Amino acid sequence: MTGLGHRLHRPGSTPVHRLPPQCKLVATAAFVLAVVCTPREAVWAFGGFALLLAAVAALARVTPGFLVRRMAVEVPFVAFAVLLPFVARGPRVEVLGLALSQSGLWSAWNILAKASLGTAASVLLAATTEPRQLLLGLERLRLPPLLVQIATFMLRYADVIVGEMRRMRLARAARGFDGRDVRAFGVLARSAGALFLRSYERGERVYLAMLSRGYDGRMPVLNEIAATRAQWAVAAVLPVAAVLVASGAWMVG
Amino acid sequence: MTPSLEVSGLAYAYPDGTQALYGVDVTIGKGERVALLGPNGAGKTTLVLHLNGILHGGLGTVRVGGLTVDPKDRKGLREIRRRVGIVFQDPDDQLFMPTVREDVAFGPANLGVGGAELERRVETALARVGMLEVADRPPQHLSFGQRRRVAVATVLAMEPEILVLDEPSSNLDPAGRRELAEILLGLDVTMLMVTHDLPYAAELCPRSLVLSGGVIAADGPTPEVLGDEALLRAHRLELPYGFDPAFFARR
Ligand SMILES: Nc1ncnc2c1ncn2[C@@H]1O[C@H](COP(=O)(O)OP(=O)(O)OP(=O)(O)O)[C@@H](O)[C@H]1O
Ligand SMILES: [Mg+2]
Repeated sequence: MTGLGHRLHRPGSTPVHRLPPQCKLVATAAFVLAVVCTPREAVWAFGGFALLLAAVAALARVTPGFLVRRMAVEVPFVAFAVLLPFVARGPRVEVLGLALSQSGLWSAWNILAKASLGTAASVLLAATTEPRQLLLGLERLRLPPLLVQIATFMLRYADVIVGEMRRMRLARAARGFDGRDVRAFGVLARSAGALFLRSYERGERVYLAMLSRGYDGRMPVLNEIAATRAQWAVAAVLPVAAVLVASGAWMVG
Repeated sequence: MTPSLEVSGLAYAYPDGTQALYGVDVTIGKGERVALLGPNGAGKTTLVLHLNGILHGGLGTVRVGGLTVDPKDRKGLREIRRRVGIVFQDPDDQLFMPTVREDVAFGPANLGVGGAELERRVETALARVGMLEVADRPPQHLSFGQRRRVAVATVLAMEPEILVLDEPSSNLDPAGRRELAEILLGLDVTMLMVTHDLPYAAELCPRSLVLSGGVIAADGPTPEVLGDEALLRAHRLELPYGFDPAFFARR
């Protein structure tokens, strides 16, 4: 399988996988919100959040190795956080012979902890929910239908466009084109233009095909399955626990 | 009996000025299977897009089962699009939903069908083209031949009175081509099939039209049309080497 999102998804049939996507989306968002609202000085609370996620990961049979590898998107933020103790002003502390800014250290910790927890939660969501299901979840949460439609089409046609791109590259290579030259830029720019035109024309043809089958601006609702109360309750366990931890952190601190 | 399709005096120019049709007259009776032949650029696709009101604004009229195609009449247009099912040339254009099942459901759902009836239509249509087992897969993961068959199913699910196919046999391997022919022969609908594949026309359609330069150049029984060498040569049509149209005339 190629394509967007498929590398993130791990098929399975655990209770986490089986929850309706809209429940998981809301649970993830609420969890992240609770994490973000927690004061950075309450270090123990972040340990608690991490434990909660670890429990969900274990339930979903997502291995720690997979989780860590997929969290690589976070790296730029980490790099930024590492800089902070060096550049921030204010009182300094001595760490391993280096004078680091105290507030910078706290800021770095704040970014690192919250970003990691947020990323881990999103990776877990993506690992247990097919991209298609995610979109269905968004639709059922009454997101603007146009946005969901656009994302749905992206999901459907990403492979087609990537395939077209690959064929164009092959066609260039077959006629002796070598992209490692400065003069190549012009050719590449024209190829990009051609790709855009082709995608645009495809869009037009798809639209005609949709009209032919009675499309009048609104997608028909095909998957209107409401989640049961029990399912919402199960999904609520994670955010409720997180909110408890976060309020604990406020009261203690 | 009112004919399924009546096109009269249809002329059309694209917005950029290209005149594609110069006055086309065609009548197709109920239950007929007709091939629409013609060289590249003859205007075949342009004609097809007129049959359900996607293209309009030129001269002439199109009537489907007695109902005139009128772009201003939205309710009538909806009915026309239910009656005329078009299978486009590239299945990737036709299959735009995330799964096969949703794609087949798209048309009937737009017509207001829902619930168990929608389910039944989807299953029947997929079963008719032998694609029930791929119902829950995304279209982009199917082979080309499977996608073509699913494209036919998306239209069958709308239970059209006229099935219009734009080059249904193109890019299919010989077995896929034959299997599609068997499916099409088993359908009880009026059929208009655009094709460059003359033996396919001979096999599936008793009657053939030749569209060339935006006008109908010939209209008759397929064996006669394909047997007229001068006509074929004049309109850039060629039979495959060794093919004998008389074989079909005898059947
Ligand atoms: N969108 C468009 N804008 C302008 N001209 C067009 C457009 N589409 C088609 N044409 C022109 O209209 C004429 C008829 O095209 P059409 O696509 O109907 O031919 P066709 O018979 O389907 O050909 P083919 O066998 O290659 O599919 C051609 O001259 C073509 O260049
Ligand atoms: Mg065409």
